[in-house]
Amino acid sequence: MFTAFFYTLKAHQLPVTLTEWLALLEAMRQGFAGNSLVSFYYLARSLLVKSESFYDQYDLAFKEYFGGLEVPEALFDELLQWLSEETLKRHREGIDLSALPTYDWQTLEKMFRERLAEQKERHDGGHRWIGTGGTSPFGHGGVHPGGIRVGGESGNLSAVKIATARQFRDYRKDLILDTRQIKVALKKLRQLRRTGTRLELDIDSSIRETCKNAGEIELVFHPERKNDIKLLLLMDAGGSMLPYARLVNRLFSAANSINHFRDFQYYYFHNCIYDYLRTSMVAGERVATAHLLHILDSSYKVIIVGDASMAPYELFMENGIIDYYDRNETAGIDWLERLAAHFRHIVWLNPTPPKYWQHPTVSAIGRVFPMFHLSLAGLEAAIQELIRPAH
Amino acid sequence: MTPKFNRYRGTSSYIASQALQNDVNVAIALGRPLLIKGEPGTGKTLLATSIAEGLGTELLVWTIKSTTRAQDGLYVYDTVQRLNDARFGDHDISDIKRYIKLGKLGQAFTRAKQVVLLIDEIDKADIEFPNDLLTELDEMRFYIPETGETIEARQRPVVIITSNAEKELPDAFLRRCVFHYIKFPEPDFMEEIIRVHFPDLEKKMLQEAIKAFFRLRELDDLRKKPSTSELIDWIKALVASGANPKEIGRQLPFLGALLKNEQDYHRVHEGGADSRTVKRPTYFR
Repeated sequence: MFTAFFYTLKAHQLPVTLTEWLALLEAMRQGFAGNSLVSFYYLARSLLVKSESFYDQYDLAFKEYFGGLEVPEALFDELLQWLSEETLKRHREGIDLSALPTYDWQTLEKMFRERLAEQKERHDGGHRWIGTGGTSPFGHGGVHPGGIRVGGESGNLSAVKIATARQFRDYRKDLILDTRQIKVALKKLRQLRRTGTRLELDIDSSIRETCKNAGEIELVFHPERKNDIKLLLLMDAGGSMLPYARLVNRLFSAANSINHFRDFQYYYFHNCIYDYLRTSMVAGERVATAHLLHILDSSYKVIIVGDASMAPYELFMENGIIDYYDRNETAGIDWLERLAAHFRHIVWLNPTPPKYWQHPTVSAIGRVFPMFHLSLAGLEAAIQELIRPAH
Repeated sequence: MTPKFNRYRGTSSYIASQALQNDVNVAIALGRPLLIKGEPGTGKTLLATSIAEGLGTELLVWTIKSTTRAQDGLYVYDTVQRLNDARFGDHDISDIKRYIKLGKLGQAFTRAKQVVLLIDEIDKADIEFPNDLLTELDEMRFYIPETGETIEARQRPVVIITSNAEKELPDAFLRRCVFHYIKFPEPDFMEEIIRVHFPDLEKKMLQEAIKAFFRLRELDDLRKKPSTSELIDWIKALVASGANPKEIGRQLPFLGALLKNEQDYHRVHEGGADSRTVKRPTYFR
């Protein structure tokens, strides 16, 4: 039953497993979905989807699977007339709910199609045809506990309508990034190592030494574990980056406020990295790139943020630098390759969506560094790349 | 829907949306833990109190800290006490059971009546913490090697777990949970919630306060957006001071109750909550 829905979810890249699916079937066997699509929508979501970042994909899958039931255009208007408000109230009273048959969704859909084909006229208050009131499972304003509503208003939003509203679009991981999410992602960037003064009681060694000491207690201390990560952040502040200023600013403030890095350095560049980097955006001091390569050892994790799109000569030519008064004796691409050769872990984060990465300079830079989209999913992938053991 | 299924319907002091009620009931009926996520201040922790109240049962709270280990929730063998007693020889140390102290999970298992167990802020603990509890939460029993005893749940407790998403939870753990994300309430629903806390509040005051509150939340460069619990505090202050409802939106008195971050406070004071002007980010200044 519904197995195709399971695969629809999978097709929408929801990480649904068989265990969860069986739990849903068990819950439905016990009648928790209450023969209503709305209850089913929430029941299935609570059992199959375990993070709000997947709610949107769930909504899309749900819409795709259950939204297919559409009343043919021409019939629809006529149907709506039969279903008008005034005819509704007269038919609502004195109906015994428990005596009504209930159907599962597939039967219901089949019956609905059959009845659409058979029905010739307006119908109100009965128990079979599509119309207002009454106890037929089809139409609106009626009181059948599980049925198909056609037009009109429902006390509850219809399930597909809820799905269509896509209220959780903003929670998708691949779409937005706030400072907190960046922090959570950056926290994964850690390598714990014991450094500093011996402050922590080393239980295992203490027990071993105490036993050796024939029971006389011997305490052994060792240093606390601290994060050993050193981070270098290089940010493009060129004109084409202006639309992403807020995003880059968030990334910077997140990295800056995480104080568990052993060292955190950041510099700015304009379109591409050349002989000099700047310490700030306002007229900032210049720091020679070669000097940085000299003082920063290869264990620094490097994140470069930029849209990587520029005029080809800016990347490939000597003196291609966009700032009129500056000169670069080494072409930008050579600098990038030097960086890639020096640091063991280096990634490029690009705020423009991957579908625009066909640009010549973007793909050239993409061949030098692993390039990721500056979205939460992209950032997580980039961090995986950064903490991957160096070969 | 059987009456047995529909056990929780919210309480007079806590309004639960239909979806949340359903998920709570599914979790109770399936005997699976209910994992609750949501913005801070949307009533994740309060939910457990409300469920306990709704079911008329006891609530046990296990608050997780960064140093909490899974073992702490099961039992602690107080070896130091036993060592101490052995040294001074004035206690019977042969009975290890005297030194086994059950943790919150252990206590929940041994209660005669079904209880609600809240595991609060599970993401505070080590990343492996949830995995260490898998079997115990699945089978609702654990073994104490020191005494050879098996503690088995007499009544499966209703387990509510909250998370602030500071760390991602392991998949194996998630598979066993029923999940609910508490969405930030829409203005209408917020009005209902506030009504529960302030049944006699003047309508004008309520609407103005909610309007000002949602306008504040719309400012997207706030570091910490105000939440429901902060709104409740703020209204408390407004009521106590007898503020004029017409002035609330413009003056934003007692702003400190809503904004807890200094930069946010200045941001709103300088720009005013009405102003839509977005300042140039520092990055390009």
